[in-house]
Amino acid sequence: MTAALTLRQVDCFYGDVQVLHAFSFDLREGEVHCLLGRNGAGKTTTLKTIMGLVPAHAGSIMKGETDLTRLAAHAIPRTGIAYVPQGRQLFTDLTVAENLEIGLMARGKGSATRERVLEFLPALKDRLRQRSGTLSGGEQQMLAIARALCLEPDVLLLDEPTEGLMPSMIARIQDSVAALRNQGVSTVLVEQRVNAVLSVADRVSFMENGRNRETVDVERLRGDPALVRRYVGVG
Amino acid sequence: MAFGPYLLLATLEGLVTSAVLALMALGLSLVFGVMRVVNVAHGEFYMLGAVLAWWFASLVSGHPAIGFLLALFASPLIVAAVAFLAERLVLRRLDYEPEATIVATIGLLYIIQQFALTFYGPEARPVEAPFDARIALPWFGYSAYKLAVIVVSVALMLATWLFLTRTRAGLIMRATQSDREMAQAFGIPVDRVYAGVFALGAGLAALAAVLIVPIRQAHYLMGLDPLLLSFIVVIIGGLGSLRGTVVAAILIGLSDGIISMFFSPTLAKMLATFLVALVLVFRPQGLFGAASR
Repeated sequence: MTAALTLRQVDCFYGDVQVLHAFSFDLREGEVHCLLGRNGAGKTTTLKTIMGLVPAHAGSIMKGETDLTRLAAHAIPRTGIAYVPQGRQLFTDLTVAENLEIGLMARGKGSATRERVLEFLPALKDRLRQRSGTLSGGEQQMLAIARALCLEPDVLLLDEPTEGLMPSMIARIQDSVAALRNQGVSTVLVEQRVNAVLSVADRVSFMENGRNRETVDVERLRGDPALVRRYVGVG
Repeated sequence: MAFGPYLLLATLEGLVTSAVLALMALGLSLVFGVMRVVNVAHGEFYMLGAVLAWWFASLVSGHPAIGFLLALFASPLIVAAVAFLAERLVLRRLDYEPEATIVATIGLLYIIQQFALTFYGPEARPVEAPFDARIALPWFGYSAYKLAVIVVSVALMLATWLFLTRTRAGLIMRATQSDREMAQAFGIPVDRVYAGVFALGAGLAALAAVLIVPIRQAHYLMGLDPLLLSFIVVIIGGLGSLRGTVVAAILIGLSDGIISMFFSPTLAKMLATFLVALVLVFRPQGLFGAASR
């Protein structure tokens, strides 16, 4: 299978503290690849490094023939990577429609893309003129995903999309992730909830102290709960 | 003379001050709101606008309106270009680090001020108003130009608001103000936005100066008082809040006009400073600012 995204020997620092240590992993085309690990393992930093928001000090991040570490942060979304950050980080002073417009502008997409996204997440249709900061937590998460989908990405980075949501909303987010996989979108998913991982992921990489300790198929994870206990401490 | 005429005159003078102050403070507020840079050199962009207005006006002979109109267009553009250059050469290299940019803009303040002293001189020089008419009010005649300053300032603020809320560039600026990191993650070249905002802020200060220079004259030290008043306005209104800036400018300008007329200009400044202290203690985010970002 070809790789949608390849990280090789990536080092990353916050000040003097090294957060990623020669981190490597492959995201296959059309798969949902979950990063699992304890708090501080470097999962969010990995996503931010892919997006160029935290600079990689060594190593390469390849998307096709393009090394993302050589691009300015604002140029990376144009390669077809979209990011849904932890805590949503919406433009809270802007309306729902304006948040979507920012997503559309990132890759020069137009109203047809916007309509497709709103068909995919129809709950936002009635909220277009509402300030995004006033939406409920679940609606904000939907908007964060919708804003990312406005780029028509082939790689989607999702950082704890179900955090703090009620069960019905969690199920809708999981359905959305599964539907995107069916559309061929490759997804890196950072998730703390093991059940969510088991229900949507194809493969799982266990992160510890900024390193990729092990990558396994999700079937193996189902048959070996000790793996989760070893790296995450629950299961 | 009865109380009424004095009150009307003080109110009109206060409104002229409010209008110009709002334009200038709008620039300061935009720069802080989007870039998180406290631009101590903002008053010098105002002064540079006035000095250039005098220079442009003196270049052109004939009707004063020609020179004034030339100044009204050219002066803000040149000041915006100077600000753009300063942003590229100084602020960007400091990575917009808040403390460092304060020190850098203090440096910029002295460079622009001394540049003006060297090439323009220490004299205060007038620029002729584009027209010299008086409008008859119930008790006295009042300068039509001063009323025009109020109208033009309101129009310019409205244009700025429309630019920010109705255009693509305005949307990009507001998104950058809301979340710099996410703006980058959605393809916005944040440093280029910053350069544009810094230039726009300086251009607004220069516009305010061109409007006021037929009333108050151009002088190389004229930027200091408006800078202080602009900081008072943006702190009261809420740093980064355009609505707050306009409301606070009207409040400060009117109180300055009325208190100066009936008591003393010093008391007006004291009360404005006291109001800032009250706001900082009881509502540090300002009247219209967000509680936290």
